[in-house]
Amino acid sequence: MLKMKGSKLMVETLLKEKVDTMFGITGGAIIPFYDSLYDYQSKIRNILTRHEQGAVHAAEGYARVTGKVGTCVSTSGPGACNLVTGIADALMDSVPIVAIGGQVATSLIGNDAFQETDMMGITTPITKQNFQIRNVDEIPDTMMKAYMIAAEGRPGPVYIDMPKDVQMKDTNVKIPNKVEIPSFKPTLHPNPMQLKHAVELILKAERPLILAGGGIIISDASKEFLKFAETALVPVATTMMAKGAFPDDHPLALRVTGMHGTEMANYAIINCDVLITIGCRFSDRITGNTKEFQEGKKIIHMDIDPAEIGKNVKVEVPIVGDAKIILSKITKLLVAEGSKLKNRNSEWRKKIKELKESCDAAEIKDIKKDGLTAKFVCHEMSKFIKDNDIVVTGVGQHQMFAEHYLERKLPRTFITSGGAGTMGFGLPAALGAKVGKPDADVWDIDGDGSFQMTMQELATLKEQKIKVVPIIINNQFLGMVRQWLDLFQNKRYSGVNFKERMSFEKIANAFGLNGITVTKRSEFLDALKQAKKNNETTIVDVMVEKEENILPMLPPSSTLKEIIGGQVVFKQSWDDVLKSR
Amino acid sequence: MKHIISIIVKNEPGVMTKISGMFARRGFNIDTITVGKTHKSDLSKIVITVIGHGAEVEQIEKQLNKMIDVIKVIKLPYDRSVIRELCLVKISAPDQKKHDQIVKYANVYKNKIVDITSKIITLEIIGEPQKITTFLELVKPFGIKDISRTGATGILRDKVNEN
Repeated sequence: MLKMKGSKLMVETLLKEKVDTMFGITGGAIIPFYDSLYDYQSKIRNILTRHEQGAVHAAEGYARVTGKVGTCVSTSGPGACNLVTGIADALMDSVPIVAIGGQVATSLIGNDAFQETDMMGITTPITKQNFQIRNVDEIPDTMMKAYMIAAEGRPGPVYIDMPKDVQMKDTNVKIPNKVEIPSFKPTLHPNPMQLKHAVELILKAERPLILAGGGIIISDASKEFLKFAETALVPVATTMMAKGAFPDDHPLALRVTGMHGTEMANYAIINCDVLITIGCRFSDRITGNTKEFQEGKKIIHMDIDPAEIGKNVKVEVPIVGDAKIILSKITKLLVAEGSKLKNRNSEWRKKIKELKESCDAAEIKDIKKDGLTAKFVCHEMSKFIKDNDIVVTGVGQHQMFAEHYLERKLPRTFITSGGAGTMGFGLPAALGAKVGKPDADVWDIDGDGSFQMTMQELATLKEQKIKVVPIIINNQFLGMVRQWLDLFQNKRYSGVNFKERMSFEKIANAFGLNGITVTKRSEFLDALKQAKKNNETTIVDVMVEKEENILPMLPPSSTLKEIIGGQVVFKQSWDDVLKSR
Repeated sequence: MKHIISIIVKNEPGVMTKISGMFARRGFNIDTITVGKTHKSDLSKIVITVIGHGAEVEQIEKQLNKMIDVIKVIKLPYDRSVIRELCLVKISAPDQKKHDQIVKYANVYKNKIVDITSKIITLEIIGEPQKITTFLELVKPFGIKDISRTGATGILRDKVNEN
């Protein structure tokens, strides 16, 4: 067989892995790879971003909407360091990406060479696995393993360190048909005894509740989940990561629970006696104080990662497996119970339904008041966009407003940074999402703070002719932190104000794109319509009320019972909570 | 409470760092750690003494099993394992009386004298970790000049064949 350069072998291996898109920035240590890529331009689309953080978030956006593994590339040293935030973000939200970083030649490693950084050391705590390829013959095997590890079981990021000399060596090693990792065999099929145990518990429950997590979307199990929920006839609360896994307008839907969740979802979590959890890791945003959270209820925990079961809360019935497989099996068992399913816990369901109606009515009333608020913006958007439009968000108040007021019915249509909460995620992730689903309309609900962190990617959007519509909730503050200081620190606004209010319309124009400024409620819908009509990326800059708070809210170091600022159930204020402690 | 866990890992650079890094990151307390090759050239065995309670140890086991470089995790409960540690200790023996006393203690404990001068006795102690700790308490009044312990290693006992 003919000898091939390592870098060419890398590209060939990417093709074997069916990679057709990558996001990245070149540099000294990765030149050989990019040189080989030059001959494959018709096969692999290389999207040059303006910051490596843009590249990694774009790979994430791509992966989150398609379910495929996203690929990003950087050079050594600072280039690779710039990938770190996005890699950590991918680990927290279980997003499959492979990040390839150039590295200095093997002879220079450990000598503080130019643009050398110990990326193996740096990425070990933030990846599912990392590799440094020191031998050119190992390229295909290692890269294929990287893609396998990123995609299988609980997905996650994998980092590959590529020394320059290894890229330049010649080899005639063949690309294997497949690779195997004996120590990596995720359990997909659930234990039948545990399934039976779960069904018994569900049938006996007086106040059952389903808590749906992001794992349902990762497993592409929405259909199976719908059937399960409807068969079991149990109300459904979701985590933020599961928004879209279950239609927000379904009669059983209580929508998002947790720190900024709906009152009815949180009421249900507090008062249920059996909590059926699927694909959720019981993050502190969901549980508040874990000791209090667990009390008075038995938890059935279904997850593909055995390490999550029992990690944060005590579990009565642990079920390890893939969500899709578990859900279809358990639904069959429930169906077999036939008549036992009917007329169960109808009082509980009635109470929850009435509560839901009151809560929804109270919220609508709130939005009808005057003013250009984030609440209004998100509510209007919810009515305007289509079910299969994709909504991406940044991080902060605007993210919580979006989570709360945007109705989503389909999986992979609400793309947000949950576990890491990375500001700046929005725009590049929207870019990646559009590349992954070119036929969908992609909206990025962002904050003025978050947007500024990665707005250089407007150049990439322009250059690549990728259209997304950023809607900027422009309040001239780092809103979420301001809210905390407002509620818990007597408005001691330290480090949260921007002295000048930025005009994102002008910024859009500077990048050769469209911008629309909205200062009145009456202008918003027209702005949306115009933005949708335009062929190019259009920023809608909405000058909202500066000090709006997103409520209800779980205060710091609190139990779910201490949620404040609600209108129906959790009407207490922070002072009320402090008094009662 | 102390628990001993043995881990079979791939014999590759950086694996030790990954394991100890994971422990640090998750806040698990490593009391001792030791590593060596196995009879299979591509596998090494790491033995870790952890301080923690039952539920923590269960999490440790699960987190270890998640790691791609970990092939197998084998817990070594005290009642079903052979646990051993080696200690080299330099004890001060300034006069003949103290010298003799140390030698007597060493003989009682069946420790080996591996170095001796008129002023210093160096002993090699092999045994269960608690035996080593007890002996060191005993000779502490003499003055310990230097010490090196390997940390516990261990192996499971097989079940007695009843046939």
